[in-house]
Amino acid sequence: MGLLKAEQITKDYQVGEIVIPALKGVSFDIEPASFVSFIGPSGSGKTTLLNLIGCLDKPTSGRLTVADTDVGTLDRKQGAIFRGAHIGFIFQDFNLLPVLTVYENIEYPLLMVRKVPSEERRKRVTALLEAVGMADQKDKYPDQISGGQKQRVAVARALVTNPKLVLADEPTANLDHATAYMVLGLMKKMRDEFKTTFIFSTHDPKIVGEAETIFTLEDGALNGAKNGTKDKGGKGHGQSV
Amino acid sequence: MGNLFKIAIRNLLRYKRRTILTASLITLGVVFVLAFIAVSGSFKNMMISQITDSAIGHLQVHRKGYVAAIESLPINLNIKGGAIAKLETILAGQPEIESFSPRIKFGAMFSNFTETSSIRLTAIDPESEYKTVPLLPTRIIDGSKDLNRGEILIPELLARGMKVKVGDTAVIVATNADGSVNGKQFIVAGVVESVTGAGGRDGIMHIDDAREVLRMDGPQVSEYAIRLKDFGKLAAFNKKLEGLLAKELNQQGKPIFEVHTWEKLSPFFNIARMIDLMTFFIKLMLIAIVLISIMNVMIMAVYERIREIGTIAAIGTQPGKILQMFVLEGFCLGVGGAAIGSIVGIGIILILNLLKLTYSFGRDTGIILQASISPADVLMISATVIIISVIASLQPAFKASRMEPIKALRHV
Repeated sequence: MGLLKAEQITKDYQVGEIVIPALKGVSFDIEPASFVSFIGPSGSGKTTLLNLIGCLDKPTSGRLTVADTDVGTLDRKQGAIFRGAHIGFIFQDFNLLPVLTVYENIEYPLLMVRKVPSEERRKRVTALLEAVGMADQKDKYPDQISGGQKQRVAVARALVTNPKLVLADEPTANLDHATAYMVLGLMKKMRDEFKTTFIFSTHDPKIVGEAETIFTLEDGALNGAKNGTKDKGGKGHGQSV
Repeated sequence: MGNLFKIAIRNLLRYKRRTILTASLITLGVVFVLAFIAVSGSFKNMMISQITDSAIGHLQVHRKGYVAAIESLPINLNIKGGAIAKLETILAGQPEIESFSPRIKFGAMFSNFTETSSIRLTAIDPESEYKTVPLLPTRIIDGSKDLNRGEILIPELLARGMKVKVGDTAVIVATNADGSVNGKQFIVAGVVESVTGAGGRDGIMHIDDAREVLRMDGPQVSEYAIRLKDFGKLAAFNKKLEGLLAKELNQQGKPIFEVHTWEKLSPFFNIARMIDLMTFFIKLMLIAIVLISIMNVMIMAVYERIREIGTIAAIGTQPGKILQMFVLEGFCLGVGGAAIGSIVGIGIILILNLLKLTYSFGRDTGIILQASISPADVLMISATVIIISVIASLQPAFKASRMEPIKALRHV
């Protein structure tokens, strides 16, 4: 069984009396430990699709199964619990909490979402701080570190709960070339280490080049899937109707 | 919960100026309310003490129907004969009573042999009266504090108006219960002021003299003034005494006695109630200040942190926890404001007492302000502020917790 299965997903937005279709019957599968990228021009439905996968929104029709759960049926509270248990998020603008230190930002999901015992929390956070190379910055606040460092912290925060899936919306958009590659490398290393699936929505050719599976979206429809240049083989396939 | 507190406090410190301004507003409100309660309470307690300890007593017992006709001082409604013995036995058996004092009240004419004027007389047994209303001697502004048979304490108004001095002789003429008139000469032993200052026509004489002037065959009493050991137990004792006296019935099977606390007998109770009412409105103002300022701050806090709310919601923070985060911010603001306000308020009350400020009440001048506030009042005000802070935070916090993460993350 795959990690993620989308079956004829549609999503419409109502703007006044006009219905705008954002996704038009998208179907695809994603296997565990994949490095997948959704690409396409602005307005093609990438972010909408990521929001649906992340249980932040519900499809208008179709069935979306993530980690054996039909996420379209979850209510607000169930959705929060599901996200806390299975999904990590990496945002374009990092979205670190400014009142928490680097350490506390990474610790937050274990403390406020999962209620992990303190010793276990300390071990996991320390290991991830080491892994992302931020151990020496752990007591700094987000406004005291650079953009690249913030995104490394965001990656660590997304991974600290050992999620099955990490969703990253334009994760390198606010990073310079070198930093973007460093963060991508970090994510791949994490994927290899923790067998986490990474799904990106991006315009960034750097990510596209690193992705093992690339789904192209155009006008809300999936325009086929192809293996990327760094293909590990058969991690995902898709179609749209 | 500790981590939620940590986040709440850090978020408050993140906007230092706004937090300080809001906390200052709450602090000022608390200080003002505490100072007002302390000062007005001091004035109210002094006033009640003056009224009860120098004239009325804590409560009084009359024959049923007397108080309704009290303006005419009806001697035909006096307590008589066996009822006096019954009542005194009941009163003597009450451990809450410090002392009680029988009085005869009647209207009479006062003459200095050249002029005549009306006078309202309260006839007392000096020994029991001074125990029951211990501040009575302080109202005697001229002459002897003692009152012996054949002596009278006359009101200041008559002393001045009729040019009567201490040691002069005067005549009291009164109508008896049977309608006949009787008179008796008295030595003016002193001049007594009204509780509220000049203007009253109330004089005082010995109870045995009154019985003689009124040609009473047996013992009669218009009222019994009662002083309790603990004024705080007035309401409870009043209820108890009402219950005891309700069992004493006349031949028609109706109650013989009626009991009234000072509140029913003195117009000053309305002033005390006005002070209470003002205190209530001052507290309402404090509630409004806290409610509006906290709500304003929390609405701003939620608006400014929409993306953060979206982030923590996306990460998996449950709506209830988001609600707690914001409610705790309001709670912390309330606790901070209440704590600082209480400390500053108590400090100001201490300073007011150290300054020994004085004020006047009636003829009493130079009364030293003794502002005081009970720990219960401080706790009640603090608890009110904290509860209102939490209530004021609820709406913004609820809004934050109900926010759709997807919309919140899109917020610019």
